[in-house]
Amino acid sequence: MNETLRHARYVMGENLVTFGAFIFFFAMVLFAIFGEAIAPYNPLASNSALALQPPSFAHWFGTDELGRDVLSRVIVATRLDLGIAVVAVALSFVLGSILGTCAAYFGGWCDRIISRLIDTLMAFPLFVLAMGLVAALGNTIENIIYATAIINLPLYTRVVRSEVLVQRQAGYVEAAHLVGNGHLRIMGNHIFPNVLPVTMVHISLNMGWAILNAAGLSFIGLGVRPPTAEWGIMVAEGATYIVSGEWWLALFPGTVLMLAVFCFNLLGDGLRDLIDPRMRT
Amino acid sequence: MAKTSKGTIIAQRLLSSLPTVIGVVIVTFLLTRALPGDPAAFFAGPAATPEAIAEIRQTLGLDRSLPEQFFIYLGELARGDLGNSLTTGQTVVYDLTTRLPASLELTLAGLAFAIALALPLGILAALRAGSWIDHGVRILATAGVSLPTFFTGLFLLYVLYFRLGIAPPPTGRLDILYSAPNQVTGFYLIDSLLEGDLELFWASLTQLVLPAITLGLFALAPLARVTRAAMLGVLSSDFIRTARASGLPPLQVLFGYAFRNALLPVVTTFGVVFSFLLGANILVEKVFAWPGIGSYAVGAVVASDYAPVQGFVLAMALLYVVLNLLIDMLYVVIDPRAGVET
Repeated sequence: MNETLRHARYVMGENLVTFGAFIFFFAMVLFAIFGEAIAPYNPLASNSALALQPPSFAHWFGTDELGRDVLSRVIVATRLDLGIAVVAVALSFVLGSILGTCAAYFGGWCDRIISRLIDTLMAFPLFVLAMGLVAALGNTIENIIYATAIINLPLYTRVVRSEVLVQRQAGYVEAAHLVGNGHLRIMGNHIFPNVLPVTMVHISLNMGWAILNAAGLSFIGLGVRPPTAEWGIMVAEGATYIVSGEWWLALFPGTVLMLAVFCFNLLGDGLRDLIDPRMRT
Repeated sequence: MAKTSKGTIIAQRLLSSLPTVIGVVIVTFLLTRALPGDPAAFFAGPAATPEAIAEIRQTLGLDRSLPEQFFIYLGELARGDLGNSLTTGQTVVYDLTTRLPASLELTLAGLAFAIALALPLGILAALRAGSWIDHGVRILATAGVSLPTFFTGLFLLYVLYFRLGIAPPPTGRLDILYSAPNQVTGFYLIDSLLEGDLELFWASLTQLVLPAITLGLFALAPLARVTRAAMLGVLSSDFIRTARASGLPPLQVLFGYAFRNALLPVVTTFGVVFSFLLGANILVEKVFAWPGIGSYAVGAVVASDYAPVQGFVLAMALLYVVLNLLIDMLYVVIDPRAGVET
């Protein structure tokens, strides 16, 4: 454990960028938890006298067409954007792990059915599938989460499956079996913990993609409805003003969205260096 | 091991994509039947009587069992019937086919831009591993996949159109001053050249550049990353060392030997890249008011017009299956070892 910590410190020290991403990640978590308390204004309070004000000392990110404070809206939106991504990734991680483990452990028809299912999902361009799912299931935030979870399912199933395929052959699995452990116990208590580190890397990289995906869906008018503050929809609302020069409406939420995704991708890269230096390309 | 001919491999690959197509059709069918609430009530409209709804349910075949409905759906598909769009009043198939060239032109232009930039960058980064260009490419590769396409597009529009006035306004494929060239391929760039109208070619090119770059930036990252990794792997292999030691000219070693072998993993990533591109296409088309099938689907989603959305999802999935097939065939053509180890 001590060595792991030292290795972690080494990776952090070597790579200032990863460290920066870590700080930004903490800031985002803070914003997500205490958003309303940190935001200087009420994110929903409109004031037509202050509409479309450029950034100033009173309003760092300016105000939108209804006079709402853009900074406050960006901060408060963190919870929703991160929330959607976290729940969606957690869902697909759990479901994908179960499917992948079963497919690799039991093999045979179980593997064939699960692999065929995953192949079918992979046959769709993922964002298109998400869009079709939300359109079919109904235009709500829950369905955005389900759609994001479904399109990420193949990733986890495949990663876990290929890892378990390797682990299944290991001596400790046979030993556990001989001692009299049941299938469920071997899969859950013996194999899965050994697969976990690799999936962690994918979770981090996947978080960024999940945020992008959810924001993209709300940009085209799915899921989140106005006046809710969410980065994608804020960019969409600001898009109409950008060609007339009011750039701050779309630029700030868009930049924060980009930084959030960038942050998760960097963390994923850092985590990869930490867990498995061989995976580095 | 006996060497199978390339033709056999391609035929096998064609056959093996059949289950995928069937899977795609089943999923799309299930999406059709998963409409929120009662589809019959939806198609009947808000003022319909219960009798009218029941009648529509019968004409739509919704009173039959699910497998029966599936075969009816298959029959409609076979006749090329994807239903009608409530917003445009046309059949979905007509709408999709008239708008598809615009999307394809944009996607291919974006892909061309990405390849033209990603391959040289990846090769350079691998040749000068550890140098500033290598770090630059790595940052670019991470930043590239972090870019929300819709935001990049808006940002480029603001800077290049509103601030600098270099780019034309986001008004679709052509400025209103021009009329579209006669349709031959549906690609304005090619059709205008066929007519010999250079001015029109230039007009459509300037409209295309910004959305294509926006799209390409997103696809660039994975391509550059894989090119770099593949080139690094190949450059350190034995046969390159032998080729160099034999005194072959560096350029021949680089492109004749190393690059050709590094191309294989790059071609494999095209599958992922196309998945990205086709998805990002929707967002870019919305930002630039591009009259392709993506913006058509977005309009339909917003208007709760379901038939076009489902037709769009099916069309995109089939397109993606075909693209993956093409990638596999390209792989067979490029790979000198193809057919040896299958």
